[in-house]
Amino acid sequence: MQKFSGFELFRRALGGHKSWQPQWRNPEPKAEYDVIIVGAGGHGLAAAYYLAKEHGITRVAVIERGWLGGGNTGRNTTIVRSNYLFDESAALYEHAVKLWEGLSTDLNYNVMYSARGVLMLAHNHHDEISFKRHVHANRLNGVDNEWLSAEQVKEFCPPLNIRSMRYPIIGGALQRRGGTARHDAVAWGFARAADSRGVDIIQNCEVTGIRRGPGGAVEGVETSKGFIRAKKVGVSAAGHTSVVMAMAGVRMPLESYPLQALVSEPVKPAFPTVVMSNTIHAYISQSDKGEMVIGAGTDAYTSYSQRGALHVTTHTLDAICELVPQFRRLRMLRNWGGIVDVTPDRSPIIAKTPVPGLYVNCGWGTGGFKATPGSGNVFAHTIARDEPHKINAPFTLERFRDGFLIDEAAAAAVAH
Amino acid sequence: MLIIDCPWCGARPEIEFRYGGEAHIARPADPAAMSDQEWADFLYNRTNPKGLHAERWRHIHGCGRYFNAVRDTVSDFFVTTYKAGEPRPDIGESGK
Ligand SMILES: Cc1cc2nc3c(=O)[nH]c(=O)nc-3n(C[C@H](O)[C@H](O)[C@H](O)COP(=O)(O)OP(=O)(O)OC[C@H]3O[C@@H](n4cnc5c(N)ncnc54)[C@H](O)[C@@H]3O)c2cc1C
Ligand SMILES: [Zn+2]
Repeated sequence: MQKFSGFELFRRALGGHKSWQPQWRNPEPKAEYDVIIVGAGGHGLAAAYYLAKEHGITRVAVIERGWLGGGNTGRNTTIVRSNYLFDESAALYEHAVKLWEGLSTDLNYNVMYSARGVLMLAHNHHDEISFKRHVHANRLNGVDNEWLSAEQVKEFCPPLNIRSMRYPIIGGALQRRGGTARHDAVAWGFARAADSRGVDIIQNCEVTGIRRGPGGAVEGVETSKGFIRAKKVGVSAAGHTSVVMAMAGVRMPLESYPLQALVSEPVKPAFPTVVMSNTIHAYISQSDKGEMVIGAGTDAYTSYSQRGALHVTTHTLDAICELVPQFRRLRMLRNWGGIVDVTPDRSPIIAKTPVPGLYVNCGWGTGGFKATPGSGNVFAHTIARDEPHKINAPFTLERFRDGFLIDEAAAAAVAH
Repeated sequence: MLIIDCPWCGARPEIEFRYGGEAHIARPADPAAMSDQEWADFLYNRTNPKGLHAERWRHIHGCGRYFNAVRDTVSDFFVTTYKAGEPRPDIGESGK
């Protein structure tokens, strides 16, 4: 791997930047691997990277039906935070935030993690007591989160209109260590670092079947490039998880919904933080390119179409225009959708499955980008040791059978 | 926005409707007789297919009634709608 540094940039500039090599190989699949990961999103690539780095397992292939990072990883609004209510969730997301903080150095790749704060707005009494409950629960878990009055909200984020709107802002919960990261760079950084440790990333190769032996255990995967043998297969296919797991005969507690986002034309720095409002349903931050990045809620129905209805984004823009009236004059540049896999309790599943050798990481729904490094890290552990890390131990498939839901949905912290 | 054909009222815009999830999941007659796994299957596990999906809709801002539809989840095209209580029309398993 060619290291990136200021000195290297300068040295290669002298040669007209002609000596840079591609950041990863494009290998043909081998006949057999120790581990196959299905899906080269951020989560799958991170799992492959940590398998190689922390568990010494380098005979690993990541198999991707499209291009790496072309799924939800490349489509999300990149909000990173860890102020979830329940102990299990706080531990999981906080594990990820700690990794985010050192990720650029670890990967030798600038993932542009920007801890500019995530501010969740309260518009009514219910929001206020729910956020204050989160603040207290977070404090007990060592996760930063603080309550701001309406005036403090205005001071922290001056472009916000706090009063002259239908649901005025009465306060907010701020996690200062939260923020955003560059989504593509996260996929590329993990891909490059995994590739340099020997992981084969095989793009344009769809997994079409999971082959099981006479005893039921996994033997490998059928793909559009033929059969590839492996005793361990980790599925990290986000919106397509139900489809892939059905290949092994496993029914999942998942439904796949379109989730849309859109960006404005780029403008000068005008919005200092990430603002989210669950109540009037809008999320906004400004990318380093200058675009306002805006996220909507999921569409109403399950779909694999990667597009949603216009009334859903319009609804979000109505809220944005109330929150930040000067943005009414912004023109929207692009909108798109991703397919998110939603569990009944809005918490992920990172676990072994009833099929020996088959592991699954899914159910991140509308909010899994923030967990990318942490999720990959504990998923790698689960695959390598054939047992969960203590952080993901509660996030099993069996929790739905045994009644141990981690009900972030009811805790009203379902947003990104 | 989808145009959805309510079996009672005819074609109406999507915003008049609420989605009701996978159709033909009947509440078990004797829950106490079920294993935990069977109960979890009923409550939580879903087919979530990529292709034809039999699903419930409710015309909440119209007649208020539930009905079923078969929709292709790849294109969002509604193949048919039918009244609640009628069996799933026989139009194959998958659109893709
Ligand atoms: C519009 C939008 C906004 C969002 N905003 C946020 C946010 O602000 N913060 C946040 O934390 N999260 C957010 N999310 C959620 C977040 O994007 C996802 O939870 C996360 O990126 C999932 O990562 P992944 O690597 O698991 O999935 P993906 O990046 O989707 O990767 C899965 C990969 O599997 C591949 N695949 C599927 N089937 C097969 C097959 N049969 N064979 C081979 N490969 C296959 C797919 O092509 C895909 O590349 C948002 C999502 C969307 C759509
Ligand atoms: Zn009707």
